[in-house]
Amino acid sequence: MQTIETTSSDEQRRWEQLTLLPFTERRPEAREVFRTQGGAALERVYTPTHIADVDFDRDIGFPGQFPYTRGPYPTMYRAQPWTMRQIAGFGTADDTNERFRFLIAQGQTGISTDFDMPTLMGYDSDDERSEGEVGREGVAIDSVDDMLDLYAGIDLEKISVSMTINPSAWILLAMYLVTADERGFDRKKLSGTIQNDIIKEYVAQKEWVYPPRPAMRLVRDSITYSAEHLPRYNPVNVSGYHSREAGSTAIQEVAFTLAAGIAYVEEVVKAGIDVDDFAPRLSFFFVSQIDFLEEVAKFRAARRVWARVMKERFGAKKPESMRLRFHCQTAGVSCTAREPLNNIARTAIEALAAVCGGAQSLHTNGYDEALSIPSEPAMKIALRTQQIIAEEVGIVGTIDPLAGSYALERLTTDIEKACFDYFAEIDKRGGTIKCIEDNFLQMELADAAYDLHKRKEAGERHVVTVTKYRDESANPHVELHHVDEAASGRQLARLAKTKATRDAAAVAKALDEVVRVAKTDENIMPATIAAVKVRATGGEIIKALRPVFGTYVETPVF
Amino acid sequence: MPIKVLVAKPGLDGHDRGAKIVARALRDAGMEVVYTGLHQTPEMIVNAAIQEDVDVVGVSILSGAHMTIFPKIMTMLSEREVDDIAVVGGGVIQADDIPKLKAIGVREIFNAEASTQDLIDGIERIVAETGRDRTRREAASSR
Amino acid sequence: MIGHRVHRDLARAISAVENGVTDFRGALAQFAAFGGPVRGARRADVIGITGPPGAGKSTLVDRLIEGFRSDGETVAVIAVDPSSPFTHGAVLGDRVRMQRHAGDAGVFIRSMASRSAGGGLAPATRDAVRLADEAGFDVVIVETVGVGQVELEVVAVADVIVVVTVPALGDGVQAIKAGLTEIADVFVVNMADRPGANASAVDLKHMVREGKREIPVLQTIAQDGTGVAELLAVLEAKRNGEDTNAVRAVRFEIVRRARDEAVRGALALLDTPDAAAVLDRLRDRELTRNDAIDALVLMLGGTVNAH
Repeated sequence: MQTIETTSSDEQRRWEQLTLLPFTERRPEAREVFRTQGGAALERVYTPTHIADVDFDRDIGFPGQFPYTRGPYPTMYRAQPWTMRQIAGFGTADDTNERFRFLIAQGQTGISTDFDMPTLMGYDSDDERSEGEVGREGVAIDSVDDMLDLYAGIDLEKISVSMTINPSAWILLAMYLVTADERGFDRKKLSGTIQNDIIKEYVAQKEWVYPPRPAMRLVRDSITYSAEHLPRYNPVNVSGYHSREAGSTAIQEVAFTLAAGIAYVEEVVKAGIDVDDFAPRLSFFFVSQIDFLEEVAKFRAARRVWARVMKERFGAKKPESMRLRFHCQTAGVSCTAREPLNNIARTAIEALAAVCGGAQSLHTNGYDEALSIPSEPAMKIALRTQQIIAEEVGIVGTIDPLAGSYALERLTTDIEKACFDYFAEIDKRGGTIKCIEDNFLQMELADAAYDLHKRKEAGERHVVTVTKYRDESANPHVELHHVDEAASGRQLARLAKTKATRDAAAVAKALDEVVRVAKTDENIMPATIAAVKVRATGGEIIKALRPVFGTYVETPVF
Repeated sequence: MPIKVLVAKPGLDGHDRGAKIVARALRDAGMEVVYTGLHQTPEMIVNAAIQEDVDVVGVSILSGAHMTIFPKIMTMLSEREVDDIAVVGGGVIQADDIPKLKAIGVREIFNAEASTQDLIDGIERIVAETGRDRTRREAASSR
Repeated sequence: MIGHRVHRDLARAISAVENGVTDFRGALAQFAAFGGPVRGARRADVIGITGPPGAGKSTLVDRLIEGFRSDGETVAVIAVDPSSPFTHGAVLGDRVRMQRHAGDAGVFIRSMASRSAGGGLAPATRDAVRLADEAGFDVVIVETVGVGQVELEVVAVADVIVVVTVPALGDGVQAIKAGLTEIADVFVVNMADRPGANASAVDLKHMVREGKREIPVLQTIAQDGTGVAELLAVLEAKRNGEDTNAVRAVRFEIVRRARDEAVRGALALLDTPDAAAVLDRLRDRELTRNDAIDALVLMLGGTVNAH
């Protein structure tokens, strides 16, 4: 029997001797140590002794109040449910617009846009690098003309629009503003998000164009521009989803994300902006993985850590600066290709964790997540899953329902402490950007990913139907999203039309101005907005700035 | 004589977790792995395969563009008269496309479920089949 | 320009010697049979780039390739990384940093695992360098992770040796002290935008002043190309210079062999007119390095081995 050396009480020790030991002698436990998906060891049973260091007033408290462990708002879902925001994006703008309307008709309350690889990487559809990838994994957006069609028929003052875009995020924000202008919407009423979290790209998602330092300037400019002109807009969605999908632990997911947040805040504060002037509009994005307890603890820990960081490290005064708001997506990597309908169950459990954890916005994966980009039927079921939780499960009636669970509070505080340990290490090494340049974060992630891989191969973690309960005869046919191979041709035609009908001289002049501004310390947004207005394309802007900012090549770590 | 493998990431897709884990696992199995890095064109991959004179090229592709990428790689290898370097693939590749890829000469597709041992065994088998193994046996016996 | 076929044949020739299928002369014969060009007197300049891990050598090599190519010179790179002492496998990622040259037929990049338990350069690396020379490349760059013994072996391979370090590496500079001033032709402090760069450069300058040869100490930021033009200029001078590493390489090889035979008088032999004449002919490029070694070894009364 494993020796117990933790914070056991006398009662627990008595129980172990008198009740547990005789039982395990007859029937031993399946394992000596049970671990969470993130790698933390679980106690056999948690008691008040295990959370003796947790203070209700200091650490838990009330929702909408520092340290916001229980949620950023005092009413949470009792006022309204989280935003149901299923991502969509494929083919041309028209194709995706149709999917947006379908989802809204089915009860979706927010829009989330997925772009194709060329758009994500800053290439126009007619670039030779884009061949074979236009409109395949997301929607192709080359110019404002595309964006007008993308959000056609959608009231941008009433519905919030999220765009999952990174190296070229500031360009797509510019396009969004011009789209709103030309449709007659008031910029001040626009609500939405651009992901625009370039730091995590170098660590996890690997979408980049320029090296980290010039890329930070672009993020900074979009934050400061937004703070001044777009009161309801979130110019960054600092993300942990991608690190976790790349194999990080739950602790690293929070620690790396908040370390990135710290770097962005420092960058903007360095430019002379008061923290309370922009911090309220920073938002975050976490995964909801399959280990239910750990995930709920993780969300709560993230809020508590960020609140303390903003207050103690940056001296924020406004409550809005200290409360962490996050979008959540269920874990793509937990979905199987085998017997895919089971992913509905996985997604439901992960969605429940996100709700118990207080997410502001949620995307639930389709059962076909491991096979293709989401099909319409898969998205419908995923949306219904959220609606079932909101309408039928009942936990929306009480805030932070699992608080006080000994296990949960222990895990929450452990994650919090580990985060601050990571911050100390990152600070010692010179800050987040330096840690990226030195490959420190990447190495930590690579090691965690390999460790998880080994644990899986050693049978420590099972995946039903894959490593256990495998049914070789099962071959369920699921209708996948059909990739329209003609979409690419249509997009090339659209792009050609834009290029043919625009004022080429005005575009050239506007691009020169963007390049000029890039070489100074002026905010790049106005020049970018002016350029996309005359129908400069995203690829043209990115290309024009390569000589100014340089290009990035990673040093891979394994 | 270690088996030499090129692990390639074509196209714009940045999901390299699988490729990197494979690289590490193959190293742990005693193979020499050359990693191309991200964002490779088919030409860059073929040039690397030839210069490194690898036994096997492993292409990791999750973007769905495999029916564009693999034909280009196979055509280019054939144009350069390279017939003894095997090409295998992994990532997110629809089952329906696997026979089509095999028809153009891709030796094997390892889907996301394949264990690293499956991959190691598969590569060793393929190297034996292409005859590059023979070179090694000759070398071993001549020493 | 170097054709595709030559890339292929060179790669296969390197594999053949690497795997022990044939020795260097056999590989060369095979290679010539494919129509590989036979070189004249002017041979490739071999540049060794060595230094501790993390110094940015591959990034620097990427910049050097850029420089040589813009002068119309073709470049072969042999990038050596250590094999795992436990599994004997290796992950070779140096070419990632040079990938923008991957489509250029004038550039050949080959990664090699060290494959030896002692951590030194595999003999195959020397053969690979010579094969690349035979294939017609103007410059051959050998990049190795240098800690201790490996640098000494790079001497046998390279004409010019660049030792790269980074600021405030602490131990790194100490490791550099261990005999490298004997073999380095240039010291480079890379990542010179980091704190401590000037101090590191000054440390190195003091160290080289103690020696007899003039060794420039440069600062570069390989990431953005700062200082690379200066490095290329220094390399140009060294390539055409008199007291190149080739001469020292010969001395080193002799000493190494002589040590095996416990012939201490071998050192005295280098002071004789006959030996000096051999070295003069080597310096004037009338003799290849290996022919010079053979001539001197014969004077020692030794036998000529494959080398």
